[in-house]
Amino acid sequence: MSMLLEIRDLKKGFGGVTATDGVNLSLTQGELHAIIGPNGAGKTTLISQLSGALRPDAGVILFKGGDITRRPAHKRARLGITRSFQITSLVMEMSVLDNVALAVQACDGHSFRFVKPARKISHLRERAQEVLAQVGLADRAALPAVELSHGEHRQLEIAVALATGAELMLLDEPMAGLGGEDSARMIDFLKGLKGERTILLIEHDMDAVFALADRISVLVYGRIIATGSPDEIRGNAEVRHAYLGEE
Amino acid sequence: MKSLDRTGWITVGVMLLLGVLPPFFYWIGNEFYLLLATRLVILAIAAVSLNLILGYGGMASFGHAAFVGIGAYAMGIPVYHEFYGGFSAAASTNGLFQLALSVGLSALFALITGAISLRTRGVYFIMITMAFAQMVFYLFQSLDEYGGDDGLVIEMRSELPWINLDHPLQMYLLSFVSLVVAMGVVHMIVNSRFGMVLRGAKGNDERLVTLGFNTYLYRLTAYVIAGAICGFAGWLTANFSTFVSPSMMGWGRSGELMFMVILGGAATALGPVLGAAAFILIEEILSSFTVYWHLPFGLMLIGVVLFARGGLLGMLQGRGRGK
Repeated sequence: MSMLLEIRDLKKGFGGVTATDGVNLSLTQGELHAIIGPNGAGKTTLISQLSGALRPDAGVILFKGGDITRRPAHKRARLGITRSFQITSLVMEMSVLDNVALAVQACDGHSFRFVKPARKISHLRERAQEVLAQVGLADRAALPAVELSHGEHRQLEIAVALATGAELMLLDEPMAGLGGEDSARMIDFLKGLKGERTILLIEHDMDAVFALADRISVLVYGRIIATGSPDEIRGNAEVRHAYLGEE
Repeated sequence: MKSLDRTGWITVGVMLLLGVLPPFFYWIGNEFYLLLATRLVILAIAAVSLNLILGYGGMASFGHAAFVGIGAYAMGIPVYHEFYGGFSAAASTNGLFQLALSVGLSALFALITGAISLRTRGVYFIMITMAFAQMVFYLFQSLDEYGGDDGLVIEMRSELPWINLDHPLQMYLLSFVSLVVAMGVVHMIVNSRFGMVLRGAKGNDERLVTLGFNTYLYRLTAYVIAGAICGFAGWLTANFSTFVSPSMMGWGRSGELMFMVILGGAATALGPVLGAAAFILIEEILSSFTVYWHLPFGLMLIGVVLFARGGLLGMLQGRGRGK
């Protein structure tokens, strides 16, 4: 069993609030690991520490065995970690295709290249088109990102993460705000990614979580109170009490 | 040149007019308009360079005129020493030497101040770029040897192979060709991979960092390129007016450059040129009526910002919003 990501005793506080309180977690290659927990449990804070947007106060993050705890975000991305955002984060004034092409460009060597027009570099554009087709946005490629619907923004957010080719995808509520049909489509899509990429998924949509996850961790007040298979979590009394709201 | 869109045709049209009309006026004996156009074209080069960082990179530098000043003094000081002795290592009337000095020192100043300024964002960036520019302003104001506040009269224009800068038409053509080249270079850069990163980081820095781009380095590189181009504009300015003074790099001048970019249409190829043209024409027309010509100019700028987001170019394109 090869560990892709290992988190040891991670801690992060904001003033008096402890958002991450000694989190231990490990992801094996190819697994889809979901993190659930009530609002304010520190899920996004955890992802931000993994992506490098936030510095942990204490603890260690190992990626492929190497310590990345103090690495800046852009270097982690180069190593193969990417994230999507709970609140859609795209370059809104650029086209849908440009957004994805930038992600492809990010894993195609450095970009201190000043002469050739980027929009005419066929392998970047073709790969971006492929990814767009994969998420079902091929016919939207030429539109400015700002003109897409909310559901399409969520799809594009995933497309951008996918296009980086990162081994580890940190997905922060990809289903946020999606209606039934869009939501089902996203679940199907993520199912198709299983095994291909290692995914850490934060999600409130329990149908999605139980349909997708290999393992689930429950985060409450910055602590992981349980980790296990979907069935184990469903049957865990402590989880039911703390999170699912049953006695 | 294949498949130009409407903006492309407007750009080509305006540049053709700019290339042909002033020499025509000179030819029919009206030199004044050629000189006016020379000033316009040189200002436009400075505005084009600012557009690279302000329009495409989202860096609102309020100290861009410092590069004009550095470039101009780097042309004037070697001439001064050639004529009046002292510091013989820098004494020269060789245009290529002066040009290298202007561009090199401006780029170096951009590298040092950019490395510090670009650690900040928003209002802090505006303030710190302005502070660095004011430092240079006061430095030259205090250098009595080079005229201090009164400025430095440049005894002789740069000596270049084949080109005689004392000839107004040659001075104009060199400036005009330089503008076209500067526009071409900026156009090439902003459409390259580098440019896509620069523009992406303007729109959403966090996203670009998450993709793996060290956006700070990309911004700094753009800042240095813009500084170098603007230093070149300074070298031209010194040659055109044979005079350089600290007032060329006051913060008011930096503000005017910003006006031009925003008024003309930021993040477009032609915008800064239109902005510079509007600035020169309005200044010329209004200042013949009143010394308070800045007031209507300011009102016009407010009008453009409020009602025509794409600037003058946006209005020419027949739509209120720029890309």
